[in-house]
Amino acid sequence: MVKKLVSCIGEYRKYAIATPIIMLGEAIMEILIPLIMANMIDYGIQNKDIDYTIRMGVLMILCTLLSLACGAGGGVCAAHAAMGFAKNLRAKLFRKVQTFSFANIDKFSTASLVTRLTTDVTNTQNAFQMAIRMAVRAPAMMIGAAVMAIRINPSLSTVFIVVIPILAVCLFLIMSNAHPRFGIMMEKYDALNTSVQENLTGIRVVKAFVREDYENRKFNDSADQVRKAQLRAEKLIILNSPVMQLCMYGCILAVLWFGGNMVINGTFQVGKLSSFISYVMQTLTSLMMLSMVIMMFTVSMASMRRICEVLDEEPDIKEVSKPVTEVKDGSIEFKDVSFSYSKDPNNLTLQHINLSIASGETIGIIGGTGSAKSTLVQLIPRLYDITGGQLLVGGVDVREYEEDTLRNAVSMVLQKNVLFSGTIRDNLKWGDENATDEEIIEACKAADAYEFIMSFPYGLDTDLGQGGVNVSGGQKQRLCIARALLKKPKIIILDDSTSAVDTATDARIRAAFREKLSDTTTLIIAQRITSVQDADKVIVLNDGQIDDFGTPAELMERNQIYREVYQQQQKGARE
Amino acid sequence: MPGPRGGRPMEKPKNVGAVIRRIVKYLAEYKLYLLVVTVAIIFSALASVIGTSYMKTIIDDYLEPMVLDYSDELMGGFIVTLLKMGSVYFIGALCTYISARMMLHVSTRTLYNIRVDMFNHMEALPIRFFDTHTHGELMSRYTNDIDTLRELLSNSMTMLISSSVTVISVLVMMLIYSWQLTLLLILLFAAMLVVIRFFGGRSGRLFREQQAALGTVNGYIEEMMDGVRVVKVFCHEDKAVEEFEKLNDKLCSAATQANTYANSMMPIMANLTNIHYALTAVVGAILAIKNILSLGTVVAFLQYVRNFSMPVSQISQQVNSILNALAGAERVFNLIDEKPEVNDGYVTIVNARKQPDGTLTECKEHTGVWAWKHPHKADGTVTYTEVLGKVEFDNVVFGYVPEKTVLNGISLYAKPGQKIAFVGSTGAGKTTITNLINRFYDVPDGKIRYDGININKIDKKALRRSQSIVLQDTHLFTGTVADNIRYGKLDATDEEIHRAAKLANADFFITHLPHGYDTMLTSDGANLSQGQRQLIAIARAAVADPPVLILDEATSSIDTRTESLIEKGMDSLMEGRTTFVIAHRLSTVRNADAIMVLENGRIIERGNHETLIAQKGKYYQLYTGMFELS
Repeated sequence: MVKKLVSCIGEYRKYAIATPIIMLGEAIMEILIPLIMANMIDYGIQNKDIDYTIRMGVLMILCTLLSLACGAGGGVCAAHAAMGFAKNLRAKLFRKVQTFSFANIDKFSTASLVTRLTTDVTNTQNAFQMAIRMAVRAPAMMIGAAVMAIRINPSLSTVFIVVIPILAVCLFLIMSNAHPRFGIMMEKYDALNTSVQENLTGIRVVKAFVREDYENRKFNDSADQVRKAQLRAEKLIILNSPVMQLCMYGCILAVLWFGGNMVINGTFQVGKLSSFISYVMQTLTSLMMLSMVIMMFTVSMASMRRICEVLDEEPDIKEVSKPVTEVKDGSIEFKDVSFSYSKDPNNLTLQHINLSIASGETIGIIGGTGSAKSTLVQLIPRLYDITGGQLLVGGVDVREYEEDTLRNAVSMVLQKNVLFSGTIRDNLKWGDENATDEEIIEACKAADAYEFIMSFPYGLDTDLGQGGVNVSGGQKQRLCIARALLKKPKIIILDDSTSAVDTATDARIRAAFREKLSDTTTLIIAQRITSVQDADKVIVLNDGQIDDFGTPAELMERNQIYREVYQQQQKGARE
Repeated sequence: MPGPRGGRPMEKPKNVGAVIRRIVKYLAEYKLYLLVVTVAIIFSALASVIGTSYMKTIIDDYLEPMVLDYSDELMGGFIVTLLKMGSVYFIGALCTYISARMMLHVSTRTLYNIRVDMFNHMEALPIRFFDTHTHGELMSRYTNDIDTLRELLSNSMTMLISSSVTVISVLVMMLIYSWQLTLLLILLFAAMLVVIRFFGGRSGRLFREQQAALGTVNGYIEEMMDGVRVVKVFCHEDKAVEEFEKLNDKLCSAATQANTYANSMMPIMANLTNIHYALTAVVGAILAIKNILSLGTVVAFLQYVRNFSMPVSQISQQVNSILNALAGAERVFNLIDEKPEVNDGYVTIVNARKQPDGTLTECKEHTGVWAWKHPHKADGTVTYTEVLGKVEFDNVVFGYVPEKTVLNGISLYAKPGQKIAFVGSTGAGKTTITNLINRFYDVPDGKIRYDGININKIDKKALRRSQSIVLQDTHLFTGTVADNIRYGKLDATDEEIHRAAKLANADFFITHLPHGYDTMLTSDGANLSQGQRQLIAIARAAVADPPVLILDEATSSIDTRTESLIEKGMDSLMEGRTTFVIAHRLSTVRNADAIMVLENGRIIERGNHETLIAQKGKYYQLYTGMFELS
């Protein structure tokens, strides 16, 4: 896992390598400085040798400056390495998500993808920065300080042999118990955020049903669970500090006792005793830092795992090695196609679909709620891969096409559509970034959107807030249709895209389609019979199977579902 | 110009004092705990200081003399001092634990309180607030901002207290030992402060830039993840990546700069300490040689120099995160200070019982009869009016923003139990009318009357409880299907839920879900089709059983067959209730008692289906136009 993440360092490798090396310099200086200090006390102050003290003082300042240079240099390198790492990681994740198929996206929820790209990356970046700054420095200082202590007095150094294992065991116990608890805390935190998110999107429902108090209770409960989980996890972490202090103090006492006796016996000097103590403290502090690094790693481990899950996710849809890069025409053929979201042949959403649609035809699709209308059309631009059978577009199996080629030729207006922040023009240009104003206006007119766009004070340059909140439901749908039209596709699919548009407007849009897009195969999913009754042919779907396929007149003759729907809707209009 | 994309704006706490006071107010609830924390921290800091002073005693008073002349008495003193030192240290460690544990208690509780306050307040805010703030922006207060606060409360706070205690006590000890060396220390400390100021100011600005860049990137990510399906359908992946990398690069360079400063701060402070140490050693040596100070004093003093600089550099390191946390806290408090939805209505809704003489009396149990309880301030009497669902609009003019009116003088009258349909082109103002009936947005006094009562006088909650609404955008919540239906009436029995689901014809597909009514719905019911979600939303409204029903495109994604299946259910649902229906499908509005045709915020035609068809106006065009066109 770590290896996979480390590969994201890329061009910042030099900084990542330089950081620990430079930090090593700082560590060496920090080991040397107490040595000089000890000399200062033992030979300078003890012997009242001012010259020597000043010399040592100057040396110490020099070392300090060197240490400063190394420390600051290491800090700069670490900043470059860590931020660069985070940048690459974020970009890699972002690019990865762009390769996901709909099936992949279904697997992770979008909210969870957002957290993975934001909070989790930040956590990992911080752990990484800490690691490269401390990974070499802390052990080096620990070893260096220990070596110095041993050099000063090997027999006194046996305190380490007693203390370090105790400390290590304690730290290990704390860490290994805390890790799963932090995992639980993150889960609770996710749940809390989901609750906030839902209340933001569904605030009107909450208010309409006067469920503020209910939602508050739910949130408070959730927040309390976060509190408890945090308490439970951090309860262990706070043990770190007192345990460390106890070990450190214990060491000092032991050193004072044994060292003191040595001093009394004349086998040890007072000055050395105090520098020995400072080495002991340095060793233990370094160990403490190391434990903090490990700690941070432990805490961010959960984040790293979540990032790797995204990186490891295999894009569901793969391109063939020599893809076809041109869609000949807009013909569509389903040959015994079956499909299952879970890829389970026993749980098929679509079964044995056989259809042949000629280029340029207008096809209406009707069917009951949950009859898999959306599923059927999503297979055409290969948003999902079919489970069985064969699906041809322009006479070629969709799996043979380059993904972009296919999707540029098949324009789809999704049922749950999104506009992005930016102006109306920005949004429309998604269809064709080089579109001229004339082209844009033409598309808008075809989608019957031109008139209302022009009623806005800034016209095409009207800024849409996040999620396009400034426009009504029907206006949004028409903008989405215009956007899809600008692609000048061979096939255009409208998945219930005019549900919020009134009948007259709907009729105008269809008339414009017929006139301007006579060569384009058009598939229209609709609830309104009027939306499909001027189609060349209509597919009647029922429970994942084709109930009938024919011209509206034929269906009127022979298909019961069609007739029922027709009569149901036309009642009154004819009176 | 596109605004900041849901990110945190670049800002420094504007009023540091006020923010700190607010935090203190939250903490004040745990005064006793905090008192213990402070005492424990002082003890723990003192223990470290006193422990070190024992070191001096041991060296000066026992070891040094014993090197020359061993005596049992001195040895005894040495042992006693060591034991004292040991117990002081032990108490110190214990106090460290106690303070950390207490602080953890306080900080988690305080965070809980702040979170709860923020959320509960948010729930009380008017819809208008949510119109003008992006979700990303609000979300970040619960994540980024609370996270920085958490950092402040669980780390910085303890450290701040303990550091200040250490600094002060060390300073006192130093003064006791040697004023000369203390003077040196203060001089150097001043130099340190200059460095901190310089770096602190610099990195503070850079950190705010980093936060702003981070906000932009996060906002972009949120938008692109939300719309990832559209991105894919439009093959916009490369463009999205390109734009992302631009923002990402900006973030990287801002973050690198900020962290460069932050990372340099620590070594600079640490090494200034070393220089300080060297100077103190030299000066101390000179003083010791001149016999102004004892050797033990110098050694102990040098130890204090270390003790002193540690907390100082720690505080300096925390400056950024403290500033950050204060900025975050301010944003949180801003949300809490946001003006809540005004609810000055005093007319409430109660269950009532009709007496034989026609008067209404209030009662506790559900009777199927509701009454408006209207207290009159002037004479203290209370009158009861039956809730019938009579709605009147009197020349209502309304716009979401002052520049653009959406409704231009709407007048309408809905008799109790009537079905009123609104039709018209998109953007004509249909949804807006329903938004006014339940007071999502307010209109001037007296313009809308509900059962003859000015709706501005009606308690908003009571008003909304008297209405059930199915919205254009269906939103479901995480939980089971049954939970989602129960949303309409929290104490609904399973049987009521099943009945409502059957009424909405949702029972059939629900029972076919893997776990039936107990199937978990996640991310807004992503595992259901649009039509199925609408059916659940209808069941949810049905279970509430209110006098007024508002259906805003409630069946737009439901196919006609299903719609005809639920028609009976819908009819029985609407029976005896005033119902407002917005729909484009003729079959849905056909049997309405009155149909209002809206255009540009005006009612241009009204009447029932037959009269409107006969009128051959806009309605006729809207619904029969298609035949002429085809």
